[in-house]
Amino acid sequence: MNKVSIIIRREYITRVRKKSFIIMTLIAPLLLAAMFIIPVWIMTQKDTELKKIAVIEDGTQIFKGVIPSTKYLQFEYLEGVTLDDLKSNFTKLGYYGILYISPKVTYIPNAVQLISTKQPPLDLTMHISGALENEVERLKLETYDIKDLDEILKEVETSIKLQTIKISDEGIEKETSTGIAMGVAYICGLLIYMLTFIFGAQVMRGVIEEKTSRIVEVIISSVKPFQLMMGKIIGIALVGLTQFFCWIILVFIIISIAQSLLLPDMETLSQTPLPNNIMSSSPVVQTQLVDMQELSEVQQIFNNLGNQNWGIIIVSFIVFFLGGYLLYASLFAAIGSAVDNETDTQQFMIPITIPLLLALFVAMGAFQNPDSSVAFWFSFIPLTSPVVMMARIPFGVPGWQIGLSMIILVITFIGTTWMAAKIYRTGILLYGKKPSYKDMWKWLRYKI
Amino acid sequence: MEIFNAHHIVKQFSNHLALDRVSINVPNGSIFGLLGPNGAGKTTLLRIINQITAPDSGELLYKGKKLQPNAIYDIGYLPEERGLYRKMKVGEQALYLARLKGMSKKDALKKLKQWFEKFEIQPWWDKKVEELSKGMQQKVQFIVTVLHEPKLLIFDEPFSGFDPINVKLLKQEILKIKNKGTTIIFSTHDMGSVEELCSHITLINKAKTILEGPIDEIRKTYATNEYEIVFDGEINLLTATLSSQYKFLEHVKKNGRSIVRAKVLEGSSTNEMMKALLNAGTVVSMNEIVPSMNDIFINVVGESNTNDKNKNE
Repeated sequence: MNKVSIIIRREYITRVRKKSFIIMTLIAPLLLAAMFIIPVWIMTQKDTELKKIAVIEDGTQIFKGVIPSTKYLQFEYLEGVTLDDLKSNFTKLGYYGILYISPKVTYIPNAVQLISTKQPPLDLTMHISGALENEVERLKLETYDIKDLDEILKEVETSIKLQTIKISDEGIEKETSTGIAMGVAYICGLLIYMLTFIFGAQVMRGVIEEKTSRIVEVIISSVKPFQLMMGKIIGIALVGLTQFFCWIILVFIIISIAQSLLLPDMETLSQTPLPNNIMSSSPVVQTQLVDMQELSEVQQIFNNLGNQNWGIIIVSFIVFFLGGYLLYASLFAAIGSAVDNETDTQQFMIPITIPLLLALFVAMGAFQNPDSSVAFWFSFIPLTSPVVMMARIPFGVPGWQIGLSMIILVITFIGTTWMAAKIYRTGILLYGKKPSYKDMWKWLRYKI
Repeated sequence: MEIFNAHHIVKQFSNHLALDRVSINVPNGSIFGLLGPNGAGKTTLLRIINQITAPDSGELLYKGKKLQPNAIYDIGYLPEERGLYRKMKVGEQALYLARLKGMSKKDALKKLKQWFEKFEIQPWWDKKVEELSKGMQQKVQFIVTVLHEPKLLIFDEPFSGFDPINVKLLKQEILKIKNKGTTIIFSTHDMGSVEELCSHITLINKAKTILEGPIDEIRKTYATNEYEIVFDGEINLLTATLSSQYKFLEHVKKNGRSIVRAKVLEGSSTNEMMKALLNAGTVVSMNEIVPSMNDIFINVVGESNTNDKNKNE
């Protein structure tokens, strides 16, 4: 068996066996899946506890019955009670909160108070303020004395939901969602950034470990320093790929389980016949409609997830991860070889960290505007292209751009690996003095 | 016949000359001592022999032919700065290092088992290296170095970190390996073990060879013609000290005996000295005082350093 493959095997097996690897492999997809599922889950969950809220007005009766009660919210409009009475008997009366409306509300927007022992949830405050806003608006409009105002209002009320459809060169149409593309781009870009850093740093730590434990001289009396370096880099790349594949499989399993758990109630709901009178103002029907709308959004998310071009995304992710990783890992290896311990690495990390961080910032911009000229050019510069290009791909990038960017990346990493190997073979045998950039430049030109 | 020759090796680092036209000739089947004070350039030379670094100029011959990259399979190297992966298990690690030396898995396992039994360290197989003491780790390193039965073994300070019992065990094993026909290059500061083991030496100081040859000849060259003579009882000091054949250096009394150190003067011989001394008392024994390698080392290196100083001034 070839010696490099013996080294790759060791680097791979010792890392994959580690507890930290197994834990990371299992936990990361759970977190990632949670990012998808929890918002959906929250959308489908409603607060099931009945909340009673006392409504009192300061002397007037303008808003009586204005805020509709729902399944879980019950508004009681009290008369002849003062705020102080209610406050002092608050616990005895069993109210969740007291809504105190001052007539000044028509011209002072914050003349309404919701008093409660707990922080009220957002949907409750929005329910109240929405209803009050509508009522105040209606009252104000009424003063203009327009005929048939209610009908006019109902007729002009519109709500638009934009459906985006991507058409491919072959004319195949797919429903897409900018939100989903952004989400996928965000995850891809961030993941490449993180993986490059995590596994690049592992290479560096591995090199430092060999240097400080002084096993390196024993090993390079059997193999060439370049073989040792490449064996380590490739071994750790395989660890990264293994983790990535485990993550993909686990994420898909978790999402499909979630889909099958969440979607059935949606199907039953959409089969229930729509009430004939859509305009009916009955609060019960209204909430049911809202529920259905939200659930169909959930379904759309899953549909749109399925409509992403996962083939291209996964393949280019692997290529860009490997390219970017190989580029940075060889630099990390060179740094590791030059120092005696991890604390000395700080100074040399800066030239590596800056392009990676820059890539992340450009990628953040690319989520908003994937075809901006900054995003375009940075997706070709090899130090930033893996992160930036991956942030663009979910929005659709022409094949030639992806190909060209990959070629530039490959050429560059061959160059950096060659350079890093020269620094590495000198650095691993030198102890003591922390080298300067000038020293490393000298090592580059040593003949060995 | 020589198994390894290095001719006029020069190695320049950015700010100092590590080796200045150093040559060594290692006879086949010998134990060859590579000696020198700290920083003399020994480790650099050993790294060049192991092809870890390349010389700037000079010629390296293995078995009379130009040194080839695949010669590393024939060489076993125990560097002075040695270590093991701390988190890796002993057995696994020994197997890994053996396989990097080109052994098959089956072969390596078999040989490792034999060595672990010989050193009675089988229980360590599944232990992590960090659980072993330094001496234990050194034992494992020794095994890994010799496991693939190289033709040429290079030990750099092999005994550091060992207790006397293990030093003895290791010396025995080194001699056993030597008796099988393996050549050993041995670099150390411990002159006692050089005398005990080496047949040839090269001494380098400040990047230059300052002394080389078979150890017996070197010791003869540096012999000072001094003898220790033991008399029974008192001696006639007046008779003993007055002589043109020898010079009296020291006289001590110990356990009812007189012990005398005397130097044979030029133009005289041990027999002449003996004749003269017979009149002084009853001689029990007479022995040549052979200079130890330790003395030779200190003298030669000290001399070379003063020469350098004079040259510079």
